[in-house]
Amino acid sequence: MAAGSPTDPTGRLVTLRRKVQLTIDGATLSVSEGSTILDAAKSLGIDTPTLCFAQNLTPANACRVCVVELEGARTLVPSCARRVEPGMVVHTDSARVRDARRTVLELLASSVDMSATPKFAEWCERYGARPTRFGTPTPRPVVDDNALFVRDYAKCMLCYKCVEACGDDAQHTFAIAVAGRGAHATIATELDTPLPDSACVFCGNCVGVCPTGALQFRAEHELREADAWDESRQSQIDTICPYCGVGCSLTLHVQDERIVKVTSPVGSEVTHGHLCVKGRFGFEYLGKR
Amino acid sequence: MFGAGGGTSSYREVGETDVVLLWGSNARETHPIFFHHVLRAIDRGARLYVIDPRKTPSTAWATRHLAPHVGTDIELAHAVAHVLIHEGLVDETFIRRATAGFEDFKASVERWTPEAAEAATSVPAALIREMARDFGRADRAMICWTLGITEHHDAVDNVLSLINLALLTGHVGKWGSGVNPLRGQNNVQGGGDAGALPHKLPGFQDVEDDEIRARYERAWGATIPPKKGWHLTDQLHAMERRELRALYCLGENPAQSEADAHRVRKLLRELDHLVVQDLFLTKTAELAHVVLPAAASLGESEGTVTNSERRVQRLRRAVPPPMGARDDIWIIAELSKRLGHDLGTTHAEAIWDEMRALSPMHRGMSYARLEALGGIQWPCPDETHPGTPFLHDRLWAEPRVGPPAPFHVVHPEPPVEALTPEYPLRLTTGRRLSDYNTGVQSGAFASPLRRALETIDLAPQDLVRFGVREGERVRVRSRRGAVEAPVRADPRLPAGLAFMTLHRPEQVDTNLLTIEATDPRAGTAEFKAAAICIERLDVPLQSEPGE
Repeated sequence: MAAGSPTDPTGRLVTLRRKVQLTIDGATLSVSEGSTILDAAKSLGIDTPTLCFAQNLTPANACRVCVVELEGARTLVPSCARRVEPGMVVHTDSARVRDARRTVLELLASSVDMSATPKFAEWCERYGARPTRFGTPTPRPVVDDNALFVRDYAKCMLCYKCVEACGDDAQHTFAIAVAGRGAHATIATELDTPLPDSACVFCGNCVGVCPTGALQFRAEHELREADAWDESRQSQIDTICPYCGVGCSLTLHVQDERIVKVTSPVGSEVTHGHLCVKGRFGFEYLGKR
Repeated sequence: MFGAGGGTSSYREVGETDVVLLWGSNARETHPIFFHHVLRAIDRGARLYVIDPRKTPSTAWATRHLAPHVGTDIELAHAVAHVLIHEGLVDETFIRRATAGFEDFKASVERWTPEAAEAATSVPAALIREMARDFGRADRAMICWTLGITEHHDAVDNVLSLINLALLTGHVGKWGSGVNPLRGQNNVQGGGDAGALPHKLPGFQDVEDDEIRARYERAWGATIPPKKGWHLTDQLHAMERRELRALYCLGENPAQSEADAHRVRKLLRELDHLVVQDLFLTKTAELAHVVLPAAASLGESEGTVTNSERRVQRLRRAVPPPMGARDDIWIIAELSKRLGHDLGTTHAEAIWDEMRALSPMHRGMSYARLEALGGIQWPCPDETHPGTPFLHDRLWAEPRVGPPAPFHVVHPEPPVEALTPEYPLRLTTGRRLSDYNTGVQSGAFASPLRRALETIDLAPQDLVRFGVREGERVRVRSRRGAVEAPVRADPRLPAGLAFMTLHRPEQVDTNLLTIEATDPRAGTAEFKAAAICIERLDVPLQSEPGE
């Protein structure tokens, strides 16, 4: 969430951000106060794996895959949530960091089907993770209870992003939450009713932030089932929603001249990456001519 | 507002304001992503007042919900002004420096004590005082409205009554304060920007100003009619007078979307020539002599649209239109050629650059800059200008720059159709979350939120009063027409108020009921206030109204 913006006496926006100096992997840099270690690493071109992080959500600190070593800190710190402080010395690729990330990836893969997670295989290779080291996940049936998206909880890593997007980080609908404890924890609607009987308003903002494909739009799910989902053949084109006058930015994901998914850029000042049911799903009229 | 045809503020400011008056709007359902910005404000501790005769998903988020009778917004606004003035909550310095006509305005609201307004609107005087005090004392406050304000025969007066409140308190022209109509369609603002208004040329330039018109005539090498044209409602009147005989209708479905549909369809059928350019064979297209299949703005067209915060954004093509459908620009250019005027280069960017050359407020918005900045808010006079998050900061300059912003003396008027023993129910219309207008676009996706049957929603007390059961099909009748619809009990409605949508005219043709009474200055019909009765189907129909 954007903080209150300082303005000059006429109300024009002004930027008053102090710079903070820190060292990452031996390079010294200055970034704006309030940035995270992840932001700072990114500005150096360092590719940090993230799963539970999203630019438009409050950090959940759930997955630990982005951890870095901070000199003077007892434990590794999550780079997505930790704000920079003057004089920090950070290592993003030390043996400790690599070891932790490898173990996190292996533990995740032992309990969650990560096959639809972008870059997961690449990270496993980078950190030498053996996904089957601690076992393999238990299959679970796909929950298919509405026309617009499916829930495949075998792929759910409990990162809480969907809960946050449905809750007070964006949508404020509060249709889902974590139910159960420990190994039995799962994302569920109130009393575990089907989505159409819940408070859900089908904005799809949960699907939009899901990092593992546990939540999938129907078109994507069907194409994946048919082994026809092919991101290398997809293009992403930004345009504007055709419905009300808010003017939400839409990213149309197009495969074989067909819209297969609609998202919104997280950097959009209008949407912050979130849409309503019409913007997200209301494109089907195009194909009905 | 004060000469510029657009909302004054940015969505971002809405998220950073302290008090929001959401007046005649159910933005939670009709402008959901705008409402995300309101929620950001609420999360920061802002107070939301929702003014709506109905309880809605928006009122669920309100600090207070004020539920006036339909069509009593001016009474309510005047009472808010009364409180502000009598409790010393006006910004006297701002009024003196930046406004005109305060004394006349003050006199005009003097009789509207909160108690007088309570009698007229049914909103408790204490609530009116509370809202006025919060609005008056806030550092930053916004008034946002939608069709609950503008779909009335006195729409312009309704809007002016709200602007008066912003002028009293200085809640305009500064960060976080402003007056904002939330536009109902994705480019209703941009259509206005581009001159699709009967009295304006591109960039809101006055068509009746000889000097301005000459500039456009030079650029276009053509003569422009020196008098303002007709808006949609004027056009229907001109058809009635048989002055307007041919109509070219683009992306609009008036046979279903306009009030008093029997009349509109009759007028369309009687035209000598009707051309309809649309994505689908709509009910209007079925009446046409020529139908031009068009490419969709979503994903099939290049261009720009302007949103409710005056942000011009790019439309991009992602998929080809279906066989035979053509881009709007191509169709218009070909028509022009056949009518004897070659428009020359006609692709979206060239046309936009021509617009920039003619419209000072758009001049700095090259496609490259729109791309780089994620859209730009007008005015943007040159290519170094960042765009304008909020309008009218000149009102805060000391001494004042430009003309003062005038208070407007406006008087309450009841809806054109009074309730009578024969038509004892007030019908108001609106949208539901997953549907849009006549459903031409939104009807194509399988929304789990859409109920199987389109209904007439009534307060539970009214089911008892009229002796009907939930789910029973009834005849709904106004002076203009009759439809059949199943009854749904909605405890969120006050007694005496019925709610229907326009979304599925193939099921329930609501616009056979609505009244075309229109504010001549705005051209929007009084969709929010018709008088109806409901009858059981086992009661024979006395006489067929309308056709």
